[in-house]
Amino acid sequence: MYDFAYHKPASVADAVKLLADPDTKAISGGHTLLPALKHRLNRPSALVDLSGIAEMKGIRRQGNAIVVGALTRHVEVATNAEVAAAIPALAYMAGHIGDVQVRNRGTIGGSVSNNDPAADYPAAVLGLGATVHTSKRKIAADDFFLGMFTTALEADEILVAVEFPIVDKAGYAKMKNPASRYVMAGVFVSKAGGAVRVAVNGAGPCVFRQADMEKALAANWSADALAGISQSPDGLNADIHGSAEYRAHLVGVMAKRALAAAG
Amino acid sequence: MPQVTLTVNGQAHTAEVEGRTLLVELLREKLRLTGTHVGCDTSQCGACVVHINGESVKSCTTLAVMADGANVTTIEGLAAADGTLHAMQEAFREYHALQCGFCTPGMVMSAIDLVNKHPDGITEQQIREGLEGNLCRCTGYHNIVKAIAAAADVMHGKRTEIARAAE
Ligand SMILES: Cc1cc2nc3c(=O)[nH]c(=O)nc-3n(C[C@H](O)[C@H](O)[C@H](O)COP(=O)(O)OP(=O)(O)OC[C@H]3O[C@@H](n4cnc5c(N)ncnc54)[C@H](O)[C@@H]3O)c2cc1C
Ligand code: FES
Ligand code: FES
Repeated sequence: MYDFAYHKPASVADAVKLLADPDTKAISGGHTLLPALKHRLNRPSALVDLSGIAEMKGIRRQGNAIVVGALTRHVEVATNAEVAAAIPALAYMAGHIGDVQVRNRGTIGGSVSNNDPAADYPAAVLGLGATVHTSKRKIAADDFFLGMFTTALEADEILVAVEFPIVDKAGYAKMKNPASRYVMAGVFVSKAGGAVRVAVNGAGPCVFRQADMEKALAANWSADALAGISQSPDGLNADIHGSAEYRAHLVGVMAKRALAAAG
Repeated sequence: MPQVTLTVNGQAHTAEVEGRTLLVELLREKLRLTGTHVGCDTSQCGACVVHINGESVKSCTTLAVMADGANVTTIEGLAAADGTLHAMQEAFREYHALQCGFCTPGMVMSAIDLVNKHPDGITEQQIREGLEGNLCRCTGYHNIVKAIAAAADVMHGKRTEIARAAE
């Protein structure tokens, strides 16, 4: 790892000022950034540690939504009583990220801003139609995830919280890589009144909505509705862990499991 | 250079570190607590697990500066001053839960956090899932799982001594 200066601001405003320098980088839990820095994939001149910023912490219910502060660690979302009662699929998803020690350090803010194609959180954010709160604005999930490791966040923009609407039903299922625990293919489904969302992660270069499945499930919320739908392998990821065709097949299987979990 | 003040195994330390110094480097190279191991560079093996404020954490993926003010416990901090082993260490010994021993410090630290998080008892399934972040190249895990179950009985006050391993 190359050396860097270290700052620990106490407010979002101070952090944004420090991040105005394009050579600086934010750090939250460090469970994506530090492995990358160890491999010298990145060379920031300074790290801005967000972990001391009180306004980015905590989970609260606000109207018909659960608002999760960006610094909230996966373990906290997994074990929070309010999340478990309002959106159990979100708690389940957070409780199955990586391993215990990853969940003890990794944060929602780091995961959502990183937008790793194989990460779990983007599926929940897109699948629930959440709203991302940043240091500047609010961004709808549909406008947030732009491509592999790319989001709508600007270089000096900080993710402050994610607002998840409380839906009628939601479920998540993934096939994980047995070694790394990262997602090979995952599906997050939700239903709020007549609105159905189906978000697919792991399979493609970026989390995406499966329009055919959404349409079918909006008409008939049951596994039968998914029977005739197949995910095209075009544009899906292919690597040593699995071909695009295998991932496309997994999307169909995970969609059925996610639906069964949603009930 | 940044300065870090932290408590390790009950003792206060202040050290000069670089921004990039990892907690495991501070522990091993500055404080000479070499029980905590480094087994990978991908944050996957768990040989480096220590407790920060009672929670298991991979010290290879934590900056020393991020542990400023923290209370850290390493494998060296578990046994009593007179050398009496922690129930988890005793159980690993009794159940032959190690071969080369490289993964053992991290396994023991993860296992203690795991048992503490299940105060009402822990199942074999919960033990196996709770060890997802710790890899062992030698044992095949069975004896590690048995050792943790035996230690849990003592840590939860169900037994006063580690149950003897079946011959
Ligand atoms: C062994 C291992 C297994 C893992 N398995 C999984 C898995 O199965 N599923 C999964 O989803 N993830 C997995 N992860 C990743 C883990 O969930 C990370 O913790 C998470 O992706 C990033 O969160 P962080 O807080 O650690 O972010 P950091 O590493 O601190 O930061 C990640 C990136 O986001 C930026 N950033 C951080 N916070 C903010 C913010 N508030 N606003 C703007 N930018 C910010 C940083 O600059 C950096 O570029 C795994 C990690 C490891 C080490
Ligand atoms: S050294 Fe392998 S996880 Fe820390
Ligand atoms: S005993 Fe050798 S790695 Fe576990």
